[in-house]
Amino acid sequence: MKILVPVKRVVDYNVKVRVKADQTGVEIANVKMSMNPFDEIAIEEAVKLKEAGVVTEIIAVSIGVTQCQETLRTALAMGADRAILVETTAEIQPLAVAKLLKAIVANETPQLVILGKQAIDDDSNQTGQMLAALLNWPQATFASKVTIANGEAEVMREIDGGMETVAIKLPAIITTDLRLNTPRYATLPNIMKAKKKQLDIITPESMGVDVTPRLKTLKVVEPAKRKGGIMVPDVATLVEKLRNEAKVI
Amino acid sequence: MATLVIAEHDNSSLKAGVTNTVAAAHKLGGDIHVLVAGSGCAGAATAAAAVAGVSKVLVADAAHYAGSVAENLAPLVVGIAKDYSHIMAGATAFGKNLMPRVAALLDVMQISDIVSVDSADTFVRPIYAGNAFATVQSSDAIKIITVRSTGFDAVAATGGNAVIENIAASADAGVSRVVKQELSKSDRPELAAAKRIVSGGRGLGDGDKYRAVLEPLADKLGAALGASRAAVDAGFVPNDYQVGQTGKIVAPELYIAVGISGAIQHLAGMKESKVIVAINKDPDAPIFQVADYGLVGDLFTLVPELTAAI
Ligand SMILES: Cc1cc2nc3c(=O)[nH]c(=O)nc-3n(C[C@H](O)[C@H](O)[C@H](O)COP(=O)(O)OP(=O)(O)OC[C@H]3O[C@@H](n4cnc5c(N)ncnc54)[C@H](O)[C@@H]3O)c2cc1C
Ligand SMILES: Cc1cc2nc3c(=O)[nH]c(=O)nc-3n(C[C@H](O)[C@H](O)[C@H](O)COP(=O)(O)OP(=O)(O)OC[C@H]3O[C@@H](n4cnc5c(N)ncnc54)[C@H](O)[C@@H]3O)c2cc1C
Repeated sequence: MKILVPVKRVVDYNVKVRVKADQTGVEIANVKMSMNPFDEIAIEEAVKLKEAGVVTEIIAVSIGVTQCQETLRTALAMGADRAILVETTAEIQPLAVAKLLKAIVANETPQLVILGKQAIDDDSNQTGQMLAALLNWPQATFASKVTIANGEAEVMREIDGGMETVAIKLPAIITTDLRLNTPRYATLPNIMKAKKKQLDIITPESMGVDVTPRLKTLKVVEPAKRKGGIMVPDVATLVEKLRNEAKVI
Repeated sequence: MATLVIAEHDNSSLKAGVTNTVAAAHKLGGDIHVLVAGSGCAGAATAAAAVAGVSKVLVADAAHYAGSVAENLAPLVVGIAKDYSHIMAGATAFGKNLMPRVAALLDVMQISDIVSVDSADTFVRPIYAGNAFATVQSSDAIKIITVRSTGFDAVAATGGNAVIENIAASADAGVSRVVKQELSKSDRPELAAAKRIVSGGRGLGDGDKYRAVLEPLADKLGAALGASRAAVDAGFVPNDYQVGQTGKIVAPELYIAVGISGAIQHLAGMKESKVIVAINKDPDAPIFQVADYGLVGDLFTLVPELTAAI
């Protein structure tokens, strides 16, 4: 079966972003961009399923600017077979991302789509669930273990009180959590090979999908700064401060 | 204008975040209804009817709502959505799993993880691990919203007197089932709602030391236990202990960070705490930049000393 893995290009998780002075957003010019860490986990899981003989072809998809090709090449170097870029400079919100992915699913007919549970820039945590709704497919979010057998996926999920295992019928949507696997590094030979793999470029217009944003960002501001704290020399002083100054014990 | 709050519950009682979500609904004005969908959920419905400011509780009781799977709950919510201007749930694993599915079926964008209500269509939400706050305006007819509980002080869980109305259940989608649940058992307060939290990181070394050093302190303080991702990844504690951008967001009165360096992703989950204490042997650890009280030294001597002193 085929598997589709959407990968998003985001500000690298090590970068502490700065809000723009005009409050229109955050400064992303000249900062390091990487594949969303949860999407690396998604690619890794797809590659493992291929190595196990469950999956025959892995298609990576990204939606965004020209430079998303770099993110797709990383996916190809990790083991994806081919890639599709839906190229646009417009702001594409999760509902629109889900609609574009739905159109790609209709063309490619994968049995499984594995997404990240959240993108670490906008932290929306919604694209996978929206795609599941639009396709009327079952979903298993926040996966920490995936087993595919007999037309079903058995997925262990990280939930608030612990763990839950669900069984969902294929075709289905899975979103990854942190502990599903440890993504491999792309080796140099694989990076070279990835340059030759197929990467198709299409546009939202050619797919007939309306991507008009539904949410308008009015402003983006910095969080209130915490007022500076103090260092205490010993436990006795700490206890005294917690009792009499902070009054929390 | 009326708001529907989707209650997270265990059939007999409500989860802590529901009263915070109702508080967010209050900011909009208008009627507040609560949906309780479950299996044998009369107890939870009674609890919802007692929440301050709720005027009506809708109850859908059916066996296929037992596991709260989104495939079954989303059509139920969509079926009654037309009566509401806003539909809200907590930004918990439950709400995050369900609400985007509802939003897409209604062809609207979800507004994730709001921390403030500016007006009926304008909300504030953190982005980039809380390093920026975006004010966003929705042009959709129905606003589908998840609420970060630390942004809103809970309303009283008692004193209300809402009418309870049974509604018809939606059909069983039959595509997913819960095979099993392994819930962490603990007598401690729920992490997301605790007033005090003792949290441990990689510095604790292993699970046995984590428990030996931190449990006595948590016992004395009546605190919940939390952890960094590194501590969870290394298997010291279960996944539901994780505090941070991709774990639980907490804002207790007192947060004690022990052997935690203070990575951006960890700070995102706890920096709204009222008082932060950091214990770390590295004086340059970033955690000290957000701590109200910092103590430099070996946690294996300092924490037992602290436990003995309070
Ligand atoms: C002020 C501001 C300005 C913005 N400007 C832009 C902009 O100029 N251009 C822009 O593209 N976005 C921009 N965004 C982000 C945009 O609005 C969407 O929120 C975002 O693309 C999708 O949300 P998410 O990634 O948080 O979704 P989530 O639901 O958190 O993502 C979950 C998963 O969905 C998949 N996914 C999501 N998006 C994509 C994608 N694009 N391609 C492939 N897979 C994907 C991934 O597997 C990901 O792990 C901006 C946001 C803000 C707040
Ligand atoms: C996509 C993504 C999501 C993430 N999400 C989260 C998240 O939600 N939550 C989270 O916490 N992290 C998250 N992280 C991980 C984060 O980046 C850090 O790696 C993690 O928080 C580090 O955990 P730590 O502070 O316990 O470990 P370390 O950074 O290794 O720090 C250990 C600290 O213990 C101190 N120490 C050691 N021994 C002693 C001693 N004897 N006495 C006193 N102090 C001692 C050291 O000085 C050090 O400061 C995420 C990362 C990524 C990429």
